[in-house]
Amino acid sequence: MIKVSFDSIFKTVLKAVGVLMLLLLAGIFVTLVIDSLPAMKAAGFAFFTGTTWDPVFKEYGSLVFLVGTLLTSFLALAISLPFSLAIAIFLGEYFRSGLVSSFLKSAIELMAGIPSVIFGMWGLFVLVPLVRQVEMQFGVAPYGIGILTASLILAVMIIPYSASISSDVVNLVPADLKEAALSLGATRYEMIKKVVLPSARSGIFAGVLLSLGRAIGETMAVTMVIGNANILPTSIFSPANTMASIIANEFAEATDAVYISCLIEVGLLLMMVTLVISMIGRYIMHRMKI
Amino acid sequence: MHTSHSNIRLRIIKDRLFLALVVLLSFAMIVPLLLIIFHIVKNGIGVINWEFLTALPRPMGETGGGIANALAGTMMLIVLASLIAIPLGVLAGIYLAEQKTGRIASGVRLCMEVLQGIPSIVIGIVAYAWVVISMGTFSALSGSVALAIMMLPVIVRSTEETLRLVPDILREASLALGVSYARTVLKIIVPSGLTGILTGILLAIARITGETAPLLFTAFGNPYMSLNVLKPVDSLPLMIFNYATSPYPEWHAKAWGAALVLVVFVMGMNFTAKVIAKRWKVQF
Repeated sequence: MIKVSFDSIFKTVLKAVGVLMLLLLAGIFVTLVIDSLPAMKAAGFAFFTGTTWDPVFKEYGSLVFLVGTLLTSFLALAISLPFSLAIAIFLGEYFRSGLVSSFLKSAIELMAGIPSVIFGMWGLFVLVPLVRQVEMQFGVAPYGIGILTASLILAVMIIPYSASISSDVVNLVPADLKEAALSLGATRYEMIKKVVLPSARSGIFAGVLLSLGRAIGETMAVTMVIGNANILPTSIFSPANTMASIIANEFAEATDAVYISCLIEVGLLLMMVTLVISMIGRYIMHRMKI
Repeated sequence: MHTSHSNIRLRIIKDRLFLALVVLLSFAMIVPLLLIIFHIVKNGIGVINWEFLTALPRPMGETGGGIANALAGTMMLIVLASLIAIPLGVLAGIYLAEQKTGRIASGVRLCMEVLQGIPSIVIGIVAYAWVVISMGTFSALSGSVALAIMMLPVIVRSTEETLRLVPDILREASLALGVSYARTVLKIIVPSGLTGILTGILLAIARITGETAPLLFTAFGNPYMSLNVLKPVDSLPLMIFNYATSPYPEWHAKAWGAALVLVVFVMGMNFTAKVIAKRWKVQF
């Protein structure tokens, strides 16, 4: 009798923990929504369309941060894409195993393990002076900090993610497809261009989406080098703020309730944007069974 | 005849050029990695000595001082977060491994994927709303709650994946001997997958050790030594952020030292996880 009851207790505990996980996520959503209600009441729809963020005058328009976030993330994606594609082809096609590939794989793992605050610090002390020199060459205001610097750091940070997903996908391309192309006289380059990449396209796209999700949510490295200016960016050299960096900068200092609530609403918006992007990516990966 | 011959040569040249480009771009990624490690080691190694690791920060203008408060705070945050996340995560992982189908189980799976994708700064906001507001003060506990939420998806997933690999023969043998279901799971299945679970826990710890964003307004930082879970504490990444963004060169030097300590710690953790996964991997 005792054994039976222990079994049922055990099963109940397991189920309870499972339900607790569901409640945890639901709680996160509910908390964010409830705590942004004061902001929704105070700022209304202007919250999403306004371009002035001035807590002193109680003006909360978050469009600047959305623009800043999308600009840095997509720029980072564009910078990282050639590199992560090259790594994917390198590991998935040319060097599938062996010393060189395990060396590159370890380097990628090492890179993925470096904390973002370290990337930010390196960016601040090493990359910013470099960008400043480039800006002087171009004759723009040499801040050093700004969208370009943030995108460069972000690009370095997301390469490991998109590269490792894409190389898995490239690895999955069936050998008979590739052999068919080669037997028709295609060079390896032509085979990769006409067979491997088209057949791995949706998986590579999923990897890109997942790394985009990471770039959008990345906080510390961006906060340290983006320049923290609440203005609509005019060029890729201008300082800006992202949704994550405005929260990091102002949350602990925010005093009045509506101000805090507005920052929480920015957080809610940030979460929705990342979730939509990474869920699409995961859906594609599930469909491909990676 | 001549044109087709040169055409082939052109195609071969293109092929070679492409390979060269792929190799070049692939290894270009290693350049920033090497630069980051080089700068951290070069600027950090000179700062680190016994005093740096054991002393508290001194006020601006005084020389010396160290990062003992941040080291203690980081340890405390990791231990507290692990105490919360490991039991819950492992149990949830067991639940998912046992419950292959079902509405709740697939809900939990989706939930973990969503949780994995939530930006860490948003987790910080939630921990602030739940713990800091209700207790009225920044605290180590609130920071640990945020970090624990970040550990959960990693632990749950690795536990589930490992336990799924345990062959059914083991379970059937145990059940056939009359061992109860709960004992079979706890004494046969979980021990078989222990290394995988341990690897997941280490990876989760490595993930949160470097986290800064969720601690900004939960653990908050503290220039004094504090071992009180209800008071603000400092942590290594938080200290690096504060020192690196300060205008003082002395603090920048300290930030490099702290960065070296942090990177060595995180990489050591990842390396240990990898070694455990490789050496003690149970083969079925």
